[in-house]
Amino acid sequence: MKEETPILEVKQLHTHFFTKAGVVKAVDGVHFDIKPGETLGIVGESGSGKSITAMSIMRLIPSPPGKIVDGQVLFKGENLLNKSEKQMRKIRGKEISMIFQDPMTSLNPVFTIEKQMVETILVHENLNKQQARNRAVELLELVGIPEARGRLKNYPHEFSGGMRQRVMIAMALACNPEVLIADEPTTALDVTIQAQILELLAKLQKELGMAIIMITHDLGVVSEVCDRVMVMYAGKPVEYTDKKSLFKQPKHPYTLGLMNSIPKISAKKEKLEAIEGLPPDLRALPGGCSFAPRCSQATEICLTTDPVLIEHGNNHHVRCLLYEEETEKVVSE
Amino acid sequence: MSTLLEVKNLKKHFPINNGGLLKKQNGAVKAVDGISFQVKQGETLGLVGESGCGKSTAGRAILKLLEPTEGEIRFKGEDITGYRGEKLRKLRRDMQLIFQDPYASLNPRKTIEQIITEPMKIFNLPKQQRKKKLDRLLDVVGLSSYHKQRYPHEFSGGQRQRIGIARSLALDPDLVICDEPVSALDVSIQAQVINLMEDLQQEFNLTYIFIAHDLSVVHHISDRVAVMYLGQIVEIGEVEELYSHPKHPYTQALLSAIPEADPELSRERILIKGDLPSPSDPPLGCKFHTRCPYAEEICRTSNPLLKQVSSGGQQAACHFVKEVALEH
Ligand SMILES: Nc1ncnc2c1ncn2[C@@H]1O[C@H](COP(=O)(O)OP(=O)(O)O)[C@@H](O)[C@H]1O
Ligand SMILES: Nc1ncnc2c1ncn2[C@@H]1O[C@H](COP(=O)(O)OP(=O)(O)O)[C@@H](O)[C@H]1O
Ligand code: SF4
Ligand SMILES: [Mg+2]
Ligand SMILES: [Mg+2]
Repeated sequence: MKEETPILEVKQLHTHFFTKAGVVKAVDGVHFDIKPGETLGIVGESGSGKSITAMSIMRLIPSPPGKIVDGQVLFKGENLLNKSEKQMRKIRGKEISMIFQDPMTSLNPVFTIEKQMVETILVHENLNKQQARNRAVELLELVGIPEARGRLKNYPHEFSGGMRQRVMIAMALACNPEVLIADEPTTALDVTIQAQILELLAKLQKELGMAIIMITHDLGVVSEVCDRVMVMYAGKPVEYTDKKSLFKQPKHPYTLGLMNSIPKISAKKEKLEAIEGLPPDLRALPGGCSFAPRCSQATEICLTTDPVLIEHGNNHHVRCLLYEEETEKVVSE
Repeated sequence: MSTLLEVKNLKKHFPINNGGLLKKQNGAVKAVDGISFQVKQGETLGLVGESGCGKSTAGRAILKLLEPTEGEIRFKGEDITGYRGEKLRKLRRDMQLIFQDPYASLNPRKTIEQIITEPMKIFNLPKQQRKKKLDRLLDVVGLSSYHKQRYPHEFSGGQRQRIGIARSLALDPDLVICDEPVSALDVSIQAQVINLMEDLQQEFNLTYIFIAHDLSVVHHISDRVAVMYLGQIVEIGEVEELYSHPKHPYTQALLSAIPEADPELSRERILIKGDLPSPSDPPLGCKFHTRCPYAEEICRTSNPLLKQVSSGGQQAACHFVKEVALEH
């Protein structure tokens, strides 16, 4: 990656949910940046805080019970956490757009695609209805919907799963966003359709130059599409580096554990090396490192001291006590 | 190894009713449309294919949870296709099903003890024996004795799958049909459950039909693999041979579409166009021809049959794959 100013910087983000049963530290110290045209992967198991990170950036955290309690989200240098809801509405969908695993999250089942697309376009762009309709057709063609003009009058349920995903992508791209957040966009799809959608996103990124935050639980998808990666565990970033380093020299025991637990076709193992135990309850995190109870390399100190994210090696960040003594550059707490 | 299960030209069609008063049948969803294969004692046959291709329906038809429309199912040499009543009930001891979502299949109002011992009660196992068996099952699936009095909602997804597995083993089955047993689990938990299933297979001499859409998982666990497309088997063979030398264009596309967690690996991707056609109105000729990069005229008119494509016994159904004599 060439040195460029990031379009988006997330700094020390903490988003907590204040529930009757206790405080859920859903996002606890997330820290990353992303440059124009770059794809950053956020990978982690369910409940690790990936979606809440995305929702925090979009300022869509339901409050109460949720609250962004600390941190900054700098978009082109401006902190989105200081914006009013009115200002955010201008940014959402125009500057930063989001797509989801289930396209019906962003498509309304009772309106035609035309109505929904034209409306989105008119909110943000200075066009008349006819121009907006033409733009909608253009977008549907861009995402590979055959006979796009004819399909404008269709309702979301009249499209197949893969095609609906394309329609949602077209909607998200309606206003040429500079950042696209894709939250598990292919998790519900079959591999052949997943391959089509990932290829489409890569093509669109090349043409439109947007930055993509790719949220996934699939290291295969990370390997395929990302430039850099942040691995999350229990609300915290545990490793953050470029893709090559991550796969070549994974540092965090959790990352290593993940890689060893997936079956690989190119290298069949007798037995998978599973990570023992379960992810922790975010309301009652263990003292010390959140991963310690499951970590095969944990020592006494891991049960009492919570590590911080440090830079260990060139742009390779890790949150683990095994690396802490050697360096002192603290990135996020 | 002896053949435990043999399926011949199995079909399961679901009639489509037009909803009118006369319930006139308007065609059918050909969910499973003539599949044939054998499973040997102690092996794992993987069943893969995109969602909607008929994997679950095939599994349920074999277990006779669905009445087959046509074809024959032989289990331990006996034709069980027409089994009913008491005979079918007895058969259920020997064939079990593990579901993708154990939660949906575990009664939320029953304790773990009740859930696991229920099948034993149905088959009148004495109480003492039930208790012993329960403890043993909990132990082998990695649950503790204090879990007995708890309810399904108190468990995580991975633990619930362990409970489902324990229940399926309560009657010492020979064949377990596993329908996407790890698809809903996170990878670290998925590995735990896969390892468990492999251990149990050894320990109890189980035969698995392992249904999944995750081709890496199927590769890991299977001895042989069958690839389904629109209700038919398009390719079947020994796992390593099939994965390293897929002969059917659909298998090739499917395998090339898997994202592998290794950025150094560069592969050529065969992108197939479009979506799965509807199983109620499948294409004529080769069912794959609408998406196949190699389709020619003959593919639109004639449906290719499975034929021997390697000396090792691999079979594929494509007009353009060369037939090879079987080695003896
Ligand atoms: N409205 C809410 N109230 C309480 N906890 C929540 C709420 N939304 C999310 N959480 C919790 O936040 C954590 C992170 O969730 P999420 O970001 O959705 O995880 P994922 O990595 O699967 O996307 C989870 O433990 C979840 O239970
Ligand atoms: N009870 C049913 N009635 C009508 N159609 C069904 C029924 N069960 C399954 N189908 C259809 O049969 C086809 C195969 O389904 P299924 O066996 O569940 O596929 P898979 O398990 O491979 O995803 C699908 O098109 C599905 O919609
Ligand atoms: S028979 Fe024809 S359409 Fe079918 S897979 Fe072979 S080449 Fe493709
Ligand atoms: Mg999520
Ligand atoms: Mg199924």
